Amino acid sequence: MTQDPNQAQRRHWLGVLAQAAPAELEAHLSRHALPALQWLRRPETGLMMVRGRAGGTGGQFNLGEVSVTRCAVQDDDGRLGVGYVRGRVARHAELVALFDLLLQDDRRRADLLPTVIAPLAERQRAARDVASAQAAATRVNFFTLARGD
Amino acid sequence: MYVAVKGGETAILNASALLAQARRGDPAVAEIDTAQIAGQLRLGVARVMAEGSLYDEELAALALKQAAGDQVEAIFLLRAYRTTLPRFGYTVPLDTARMAVRRRISATFKELPGGQVLGPTYDYTQRLLDFSLLAEGGAPDAVPGVEPLPDTLPRGTDLLGEEGLIEPELPLPGDPAPTDLSREPLGFPADRATRLQNLARGDEGFLLAMGYSTQRGYSHTHPFAGEIRMGEVALEVVPEELGFAIGIGGITVTECQMVNQFAGSASTPPQFTRGYGLAFGEAERKTMAMALVDRALRCAELGEDAASPAQQAEFVLSHSDNVEAGGFVQHLKLPHYVDFQSELELVRRMRAEAAQPQAAEEQTA
Repeated sequence: MTQDPNQAQRRHWLGVLAQAAPAELEAHLSRHALPALQWLRRPETGLMMVRGRAGGTGGQFNLGEVSVTRCAVQDDDGRLGVGYVRGRVARHAELVALFDLLLQDDRRRADLLPTVIAPLAERQRAARDVASAQAAATRVNFFTLARGD
Repeated sequence: MYVAVKGGETAILNASALLAQARRGDPAVAEIDTAQIAGQLRLGVARVMAEGSLYDEELAALALKQAAGDQVEAIFLLRAYRTTLPRFGYTVPLDTARMAVRRRISATFKELPGGQVLGPTYDYTQRLLDFSLLAEGGAPDAVPGVEPLPDTLPRGTDLLGEEGLIEPELPLPGDPAPTDLSREPLGFPADRATRLQNLARGDEGFLLAMGYSTQRGYSHTHPFAGEIRMGEVALEVVPEELGFAIGIGGITVTECQMVNQFAGSASTPPQFTRGYGLAFGEAERKTMAMALVDRALRCAELGEDAASPAQQAEFVLSHSDNVEAGGFVQHLKLPHYVDFQSELELVRRMRAEAAQPQAAEEQTA
């Protein structure tokens, strides 16, 4: 079996891939030759129960469910690519799993991190910043008025 | 009691076709699509997701389209659909402190660290009908951005916590998994986790009325909106293949931290207490009402008399679900012919019996 590369790094790329648009990933994937592989788990859609905490920090409670699609793919070297995405787009989960598989190959990872993951992460950050900057434009300073006699 | 009936197949098929025709409306007017519903009726979609207890904008939009805008029917459709999908497990509890905030206000702290962020709100608008929306106006001008907000904004209630002025909100010993009402029936006494799940998917109108009743004097909890925040939170799950948490995308939620007065007890000095509201999507009214009811339902734990409807867990939790309530109320329109026939005979017999002594009296007179 293969060694997991740095767990934090894998967490990072899986998170970025899950938030990317499937079309973006499709475009990137078309530039890479896939190794021989087999699907251990074809994409399947199901539910996960979202948990919250009372008061934000207290005891756990179940808030409600979310649709999730997942799949798993393996190459001949035994590397396991997993795809977990919110929603019901089967191809999105497949694309995440395929990139997760490729990214575990040391040689490919050196290429994919700067050419795929970093630009996607940057774009996601920028989109988040735009929304945050617009929200910040609605920041107010309320002041209470002293009651006149 | 409902007794099965047969017949009416053609009538039922035609009624179904007529429903489809009524749903479509005037064919000369463009058909609405689910992307339009999800994008332009987002608050309606949010309510369907929250009370349907399933976060999926496209499915909620589809349910609203199919239900011709009837939210309770759309909620029913979503709840029914979820039963067809397998359950993969549970997410890591949401960390709302790390929310990508789009709105965040406090009615108690003027100088809230990080500031008050109004976001896309109706508050401070005149709430007059905007006739310009009758015409297709194109896209409104984009709001120019300023310096983005920090990634983490402290909770307003933390300010009170630092001084010990509010009860701490800590995980339970061992941080146990909560009971799940989608798996187990509601039982009493119901712990807070059970109550919060019930309220999170409870009918907004019902919770609003219950919360309002506490403000009008049916249980005094002296609420203040300590903080309300809305934005995107990351969803993390621990896949069985990996054994560590990964992000799978984000969802929009609204959170309300209500701060309430508490006089203290023999063992606890006077301090503020909490009511909590959390719901899928932009759902400010819902989470505020939820937080009021959550606080009212904590009466036993805080040594208060459960004298008012909003404090009675059996009453509140058993009647908050509009899928259950709608089903039971509306089943009355199904054929009850046999049932009613027996009632009819009973009333006739009672009337006959009541009339007999009178007739006998008239004879003797």
